[in-house]
Amino acid sequence: MADWQDQSEIFNGTANTGLRDTRSFDGKDTRAIPAFVFGEELADIADNDPRVAVLTADLGRSNRAIDFAARHPERFVNVGIAEKNMITMAAGMASCGYVTFAATFASFSALLGTEQIRTDCAYPKMPVRVVGHHSGISMGFYGTSHHSLEDLGLMRTIADLTVVCATDANHLRAVLRASMDHPGAMYIRLGRGRDPEVYADVPQIEFGKAIRVREGKDLTIFATGSTVHPSLVAAETLTAQGIQTRVVDMFTVSPLDVTEVLAAARDTGAVLTVEEANRTNGLGTAIAETLFEAGVSGLRFKRHGVPDEHVPVGPPAALYDLYKLDAPGITHTALELLK
Amino acid sequence: METTALAARRASIADLEERAKFIRLETVRLTRIAGAGHYSAVFSCAELLSALYYHQLRLNPDEPRHPDRDRLVLSKGHVAIGLYPVLADLGYYDSALLDSFTRLGSPFGDHPDMKKIPGVDFSAGSLGHGLSVGVGMALAGRMSQRSYNTWVLLGDGELGEGQIWEAAMSAGHYKLGRLRAIVDANQLCIDGFTKDVMTVEPIEDRFASFGWNTVRIDGHDLPTILETFAAIEDEDHTRPTCIIADTIKGKGVARMELSPDWHVGNLVGQDYDDVVAELTVGVPNGDVR
Repeated sequence: MADWQDQSEIFNGTANTGLRDTRSFDGKDTRAIPAFVFGEELADIADNDPRVAVLTADLGRSNRAIDFAARHPERFVNVGIAEKNMITMAAGMASCGYVTFAATFASFSALLGTEQIRTDCAYPKMPVRVVGHHSGISMGFYGTSHHSLEDLGLMRTIADLTVVCATDANHLRAVLRASMDHPGAMYIRLGRGRDPEVYADVPQIEFGKAIRVREGKDLTIFATGSTVHPSLVAAETLTAQGIQTRVVDMFTVSPLDVTEVLAAARDTGAVLTVEEANRTNGLGTAIAETLFEAGVSGLRFKRHGVPDEHVPVGPPAALYDLYKLDAPGITHTALELLK
Repeated sequence: METTALAARRASIADLEERAKFIRLETVRLTRIAGAGHYSAVFSCAELLSALYYHQLRLNPDEPRHPDRDRLVLSKGHVAIGLYPVLADLGYYDSALLDSFTRLGSPFGDHPDMKKIPGVDFSAGSLGHGLSVGVGMALAGRMSQRSYNTWVLLGDGELGEGQIWEAAMSAGHYKLGRLRAIVDANQLCIDGFTKDVMTVEPIEDRFASFGWNTVRIDGHDLPTILETFAAIEDEDHTRPTCIIADTIKGKGVARMELSPDWHVGNLVGQDYDDVVAELTVGVPNGDVR
């Protein structure tokens, strides 16, 4: 497991250069890198769709918006370090017919820009896609200012905002493609840019409809974004121990797929939610609300995520270990729940 | 897309003066429906709104979303009460609808909603956002090779918002010659004079330092306003322009002029009648406090 974090991977996007990467949280080679395909996929879409425009706030190398800029410079805007301006500008552009993608670190796009997202994007139903990358605790030792543990909670309480987490590179491609004709504003949450592959091909997706990626009858794990892959790994371990574990990719956090939540309670009798976010008001809370209001009883249930505290400095892998957000940690948490 | 023609009204000075009076009177009338409203911030920009909508902006009320129309972003969104009657008057919707102002479910709230009101180019209410919206619109116009102009009406107190200066910097950087900001410099914010609450001057120097053309005018003087608008048209559109319009908050009603007590208010009884009379025929003996 890595004990350090290369600055270049975050600020220069070198995680995307095809170099062998052995510093991912589970020590596996990771070729599927959402941050890598963000600019490239949008450039592909833009080849045939004049509505696409991309904005970033001095992080075009980090989120690979530069790959878009290289092919469509006339539709790329770097606003400098001015995130609020970027989001509102994106809304102004959207009012003139563009589908705008405004990308920066999630700590800045979602936390700094919450009011702009609410007032200028969601309320007037502008087709702005605010992209928050390096979300959760994936910036490791950059510390609290650069972590976005509150973004899922903030974003899911904004009306008329579709909140989506990208699972891996292929899933991100699907999200970006589907977003082109999705009405209203969206918040698209990306991980660190090196999330391992969950989908071998670009999946068919529908916003608001979860994807059951693994079947099981004893336990359901609801995961989103970066926690889907380790949850799958955990599910394999659990199943080998006799606990048939279902894994649901709850990539749309708002609106929530209520049907899938209730099906899990009915079919498996135990639900574990896993998110790289403050568990106070994120995916787990959304699922808990749904279950409680539906009158579900006798269910074993746990919200797993980062507790309501400021995270210590450390490399991402160490933090995932500390908070049990890697596959062994999720396995351990599931076993505790079922004890 | 096949679109219909756009036109600027090019109304006469005398007509624009009547329209400014109409804006003030309608603001007084509608505020009574709500029971509270922003009189004085509308009164300071009544001539500016009149000049923009009845003289300058190329619009088509039959096609409110015409892609080549000029845009006006009301960054000081609390003056929407002064805009609603104008849009009705221009034919965007029936004036009778205004009677629902602020009532439950009405499209007409204290701040404008672009999804509910034809002719509103962007929703507003949170100060400091409008210039960024305008930058986005102007950039979109350049990207799509359209030649519309984007106007943004700002308050002077609003200049305390940091996002204004992010937007000003980006407009200068991108040389958005088709972006025009007007600062309604009415000297007051809610808690008092801007010079006391938070210094916003020198406004011209500040915008100029971000690469803008600037001009400072009397914001109640219609001939000057029109001359200024015309002069911008003659520019080569390589730099954004900021018009700093010196105005008087509450202009036209003696008791409200430069009074911090009337940012939000409600006239009742004889006071209502007196103010309507004052706005209709002018202040007796022209005495302005």
